[in-house]
Amino acid sequence: MILFDQVSKRYQGGNEALSNVNFHLHPGEMAFLTGHSGAGKSTLLKLIALIERASTGNVIIGGKNLNKVGRHTLPYLRRNMGIIFQDYQLLYDRTVFDNVALPLIISGFSSREVKKRVHAALDKVGLLRFEKKYPITLSGGEQQRVSIARAVVNKPALLLADEPTGNLDPDLSREIMDLFMAFNQVGVTVLIATHDIPLIKQLDKRIIQLSHGQLNPGISSSTDQFTVNS
Amino acid sequence: MLTDNTNGSRNNNVSSVQLRQLKPSFSSRFKEFFIRHLQVFFYSLGLLSRSPFATLMTASALGIALALPAGLYVILDHASQLSGDMNSINQISLFMKKDTSDKRIKAIQKKLHAYPEIAQVKHINRAAALQEFQDNSGFGDALKALKNNPLPDLLIVYPSLTHSDPQQISTLLIELKKIKQVDLVQLDIQWLQRLYAIINIGQRGVLIIGSLLALAVLLIIGNTIRLAIENRRSEIVVMKLIGGTDSFIRRPFLYTGFWYGLLGSLIAVLLVNISLIIINDPLAHLSSLYDNNLFSLGLMGIKISSTLLLSGCLLGLLGARIAVGKHLKEIEPK
Repeated sequence: MILFDQVSKRYQGGNEALSNVNFHLHPGEMAFLTGHSGAGKSTLLKLIALIERASTGNVIIGGKNLNKVGRHTLPYLRRNMGIIFQDYQLLYDRTVFDNVALPLIISGFSSREVKKRVHAALDKVGLLRFEKKYPITLSGGEQQRVSIARAVVNKPALLLADEPTGNLDPDLSREIMDLFMAFNQVGVTVLIATHDIPLIKQLDKRIIQLSHGQLNPGISSSTDQFTVNS
Repeated sequence: MLTDNTNGSRNNNVSSVQLRQLKPSFSSRFKEFFIRHLQVFFYSLGLLSRSPFATLMTASALGIALALPAGLYVILDHASQLSGDMNSINQISLFMKKDTSDKRIKAIQKKLHAYPEIAQVKHINRAAALQEFQDNSGFGDALKALKNNPLPDLLIVYPSLTHSDPQQISTLLIELKKIKQVDLVQLDIQWLQRLYAIINIGQRGVLIIGSLLALAVLLIIGNTIRLAIENRRSEIVVMKLIGGTDSFIRRPFLYTGFWYGLLGSLIAVLLVNISLIIINDPLAHLSSLYDNNLFSLGLMGIKISSTLLLSGCLLGLLGARIAVGKHLKEIEPK
């Protein structure tokens, strides 16, 4: 699903955020991306979400080489992945329903379909009763669940999350992680960048550790951390 | 899927998630395309109505910018119509040679009448003219002393309205001079030419002012849309992150530009008509001082009004398109 082949990312000014990163995340796999601040976690996710482009090497998502994705096909690729942020990135002048409906409206679903699917997604994250509320009236954990509902509403094959529990207390964090686990159980590929080592140690999933822009082979709970592509 | 398990079981029914990505059918997307357009159309109007004062200020600036050339055009349009109405200016006097028989003159009159560029030909009989002159001039006795009637027969030619510009009248004059029995052709064409020259300059002036103010409208709308884009920066970022295409993100801003253009031109129509109402009274007074025909500019015609509305809307769309094209690319998720 995700293949990094000798990927380096150098920002202007010579700062190398990622250097020669190789890894393979299989379809249906779930992994945590960890590392100190500035290790390159966000950069790695940004490369997958096409927010940044690799300086060298290839990022291949679902068989598509992102180097070959142009400005106009990029939106269609992003529709195939759900992205979740630490700061939720909700639209605060629209209701919970409208926020979750946005990806479907962008894709051109009928109003009936939109209603059905938004309800289903909100139901999954346990927020159906909040559909008419505005996000600002919800707690942090609830807002994050709204953003998860938005990410999964068009049933993407890949979920990306950047510090999804960064602003939440341990109990809420666990709830959110359980949601991700549940999505993974039904076959969604999940990649989560997080600091929360104690939490992910309980979950027995593959851990990909970054250190100064390089993969650290030391800590990994999964066998095939490297799939070296020559 | 819409069961009533709002609480507690939130993790259990995740199994309904399918792996393949959902895509709406083509016909659904086609139908939705229009429905969404309509929704965005009114959504953008709703956004404007949320800040009525700011909207009104911008629309008024646009209205004033549009009203100026439109008002000038209305005045100019009436001026050129007025000159067209003045048949008396466009009357050509044909003084016939004195030995021309009445029968011959009637034949010429008939022939001229058939010309498409001539609306009417009036014959003033030399005997009748003399009689009138004797009656009205006060030289009756002196004239009676003359052995011969000194006045020639006169044909007055009224060119038709569609052939009344100076160029066409000049050609007609040459044509009339060729008639053998015509002694003298007279027309105060200089006056007409001067009037048309002034109107011509006026038309150029309106064109220049109109172009400059159209540019101003583009700039005002462009700047307004730029601010709107800036205000909704985070929204645009979110849209891009969840796969919104450029055209999808662009759409509400284009409609916003359209609404500004429409509102602005409506205000312009209002302003021009108010100005016309204010001007019409003293204008009627002025024209009554010249003669009894009351001259009035009236109100804006439907043709000018709809042209103004249409160009307002188009300028709005164009200004928004330019601004969106320039600024949307700068906003990318970081």
